[in-house]
Amino acid sequence: MKEIRVCAGGACIASGAFSVRDALLKELKEKGLDGQYKIVETGCMGMCSRGPFMVVDGVVYAKLNERAVKEIVDSHLVGGKVVEKYLMALPEGQKVKEAFKEHPFFSRQVKIVTRNLGKIDPKSIDDYIDRGGYKALEKVLKEMKPQDVIEEIKNSGLRGRGGAGFPTGLKWEFAAKQKSDRKFVVCNADEGDPGAFMDRAVLEGDPHSVLEGMAIAAYAIGAQQGYIYVRAEYPLAIERLTVAIDQARRRGFLGKNILGTDFSFDIQIRIGAGAFVCGEETALMASIMGERGQPRVRPPYPVEKGLWGYPTVINNVETLANIAWIINNGWREFRKYGTEKSPGTKVFALAGKINNTGLVEVPLGITLRELIYDIGGGIPGGKKLKAVQTGGPSGGVIPADKIDTPIDYESLTALGTIMGSGGIIVLDEDDCMVDVAKFFLEFTVHESCGKCTPCREGTRAMYEILDRISKGEGTMEDIDALEELAVVVKETSLCGLGQTAPNPVLTTLRYFREEYEIHVKEKRCPAKKCRDLISYVIDPKACTGCTACKIVCPTGAIEGELNKLHYIHQDLCIKCGSCMDVCRFDAVFKVSPPIKEDEKVQSS
Amino acid sequence: MDRDKRFEALEAYMKEINYDPSMLINVLHRAQQLFLWLPKDVMEFIAQKLRIPKSKVMGVVTFYNFFSTKPVGRIQIKVCLGTACYVKGGDRVMERFLEELGLKEEGQVTPDGMFSVHAVRCVGACSMAPVVLIGDSDFYGRMSPDKVPRLVKKYKRLAEQMVKEGEPS
Repeated sequence: MKEIRVCAGGACIASGAFSVRDALLKELKEKGLDGQYKIVETGCMGMCSRGPFMVVDGVVYAKLNERAVKEIVDSHLVGGKVVEKYLMALPEGQKVKEAFKEHPFFSRQVKIVTRNLGKIDPKSIDDYIDRGGYKALEKVLKEMKPQDVIEEIKNSGLRGRGGAGFPTGLKWEFAAKQKSDRKFVVCNADEGDPGAFMDRAVLEGDPHSVLEGMAIAAYAIGAQQGYIYVRAEYPLAIERLTVAIDQARRRGFLGKNILGTDFSFDIQIRIGAGAFVCGEETALMASIMGERGQPRVRPPYPVEKGLWGYPTVINNVETLANIAWIINNGWREFRKYGTEKSPGTKVFALAGKINNTGLVEVPLGITLRELIYDIGGGIPGGKKLKAVQTGGPSGGVIPADKIDTPIDYESLTALGTIMGSGGIIVLDEDDCMVDVAKFFLEFTVHESCGKCTPCREGTRAMYEILDRISKGEGTMEDIDALEELAVVVKETSLCGLGQTAPNPVLTTLRYFREEYEIHVKEKRCPAKKCRDLISYVIDPKACTGCTACKIVCPTGAIEGELNKLHYIHQDLCIKCGSCMDVCRFDAVFKVSPPIKEDEKVQSS
Repeated sequence: MDRDKRFEALEAYMKEINYDPSMLINVLHRAQQLFLWLPKDVMEFIAQKLRIPKSKVMGVVTFYNFFSTKPVGRIQIKVCLGTACYVKGGDRVMERFLEELGLKEEGQVTPDGMFSVHAVRCVGACSMAPVVLIGDSDFYGRMSPDKVPRLVKKYKRLAEQMVKEGEPS
């Protein structure tokens, strides 16, 4: 029986993957082909902006709907003729059949962590085993001593993919050396950085790879119990993990005497409840134990005193998904990718103002330019790249003129940002750097747990200054105070949340200080984003009087009759931008500094 | 499900996990699934059954964003304000929902008890930004403020139907 693979990743589901699947089932049945084809619902195929996807005989069809499915069944499956209009196009416009091999978005990737994504049914342990799953666990249990496993991982140079980049093998070695009759392995699946969805895709698309990694880690350090701490915002990941754990137990890959050896290990899922700080390892442990998720001072580190006081190794989802591959292929093979200090690959989530949003796995050391332009397809709408934000609220912005920097842990740190978990948000000329900093500070103010003063009070004080500046009420002294405060919070906070919270402020100040100064001195927002510093106006030359903006305006601020010039009353306008969204003649535009009611503006 | 039945279901879950107090957060999730939010007597019931102080339950509930100690709408509209959604105008979508439903702020419930609007931080669907989740599973990507009125209308009809079918609130 031949396979038709349908992407059932989060974004494709949201764009209608299930109705595509149902239509496919129906069409196959109608044509009497249901005995010849098997539909496999896979994890994320990566290019979320073009979903839903379907793969038949290696041919990749994108942007599908029910009608497209009917055409493809009729033409491709029955008639043997590929339906060109649903194929993916290369950047030059040429359509390609086997996009996974031919399109640069896919062909430039190296798939280690995401090796099974888009290829297997995540609900089927047999699919995972067929592609070599649980072989590494078997090899480890039957042929290797725990110390051999640790050496292998140490040699590979694998570093923690959760953001900090601590060498994984070393962490395991520390835990293994602890003398204790109880030890734990924890998978940190609390992917809290807004803009990051790598871990989600792995958990939903290949849950067994994480379980296998955990079991190998447990064998290496001598743990009996594991926990996966997963965010409540990811119900599908929780569901797939639950199924996978149950299957692994029944097949003897988890539980007592795994694969007939005297090694026993089991895994439980713990669900988060919406607290960003729980991604910090000491807070995460508190949360697993049913407490408020507040961090504590380290040392002692979790490898010495972790859950309930016992040695605990905490690894991120992506780190764990690397493990089985390294055991199967050897550390030398792993080191063929990436750089000397940052070997291997990294999964990035491309989002924001970029054409090909989605998930990519690339060798570390690739430049941001390659990632954004060659793989990501550049910036939509002919806009200019302004900056790239990495590492979420703990990271910073990299200005457009630095995008030839290779992506590795050290280079990003030197630029003032961090690798973080892999979220890449692309910002264009319409994004204001003061606004971006304010957005992240609002986030950290909200998510600061309140235990230590620098973070609790400092982030709020920084936010207040940013708020003033964004409203045109800031002073030059404010900018200096902001910078000073940022340094203090960075140096004196208790945990990683506070220590990194100032990064968005520090990097925007470092690279875009002028933009701050324009907000202060000229009361103007160059990107026309800060709401208090802009006005919406209608260009008399372009307005056709179609009334679309008048209808959509929620506050009745727009006056005008059909076929006559429309006008926005500034005293009623709440600057929601709906008028600009609906105008088909580009007649609505923004000005900064703002204007008053009855004030005339030179049209652009 | 009437109130007593919901307490029974909650107790059954706690029994299943052997009244393990380290499972408090999972228990609270179950409780919130059953009751939509966490009324005081539900928290007291959990404290009593897991043999932990009420203050501990309250402390945990108030720490996490996911738990609500105030009533929420039966249909919850969650607007994502993660980074990708924010740079693509999620905040304006949020405002429009509040406006259309006549609500002053997020978390407030419409007088009929049917709707509340909440900001959420990244649902991991950044490629579809800006994103709105309505109820548990209705997902709307590439939103814009002008798409809001039609959605509100759709769900108001659904709300009317729910009332007609007389589901107990």
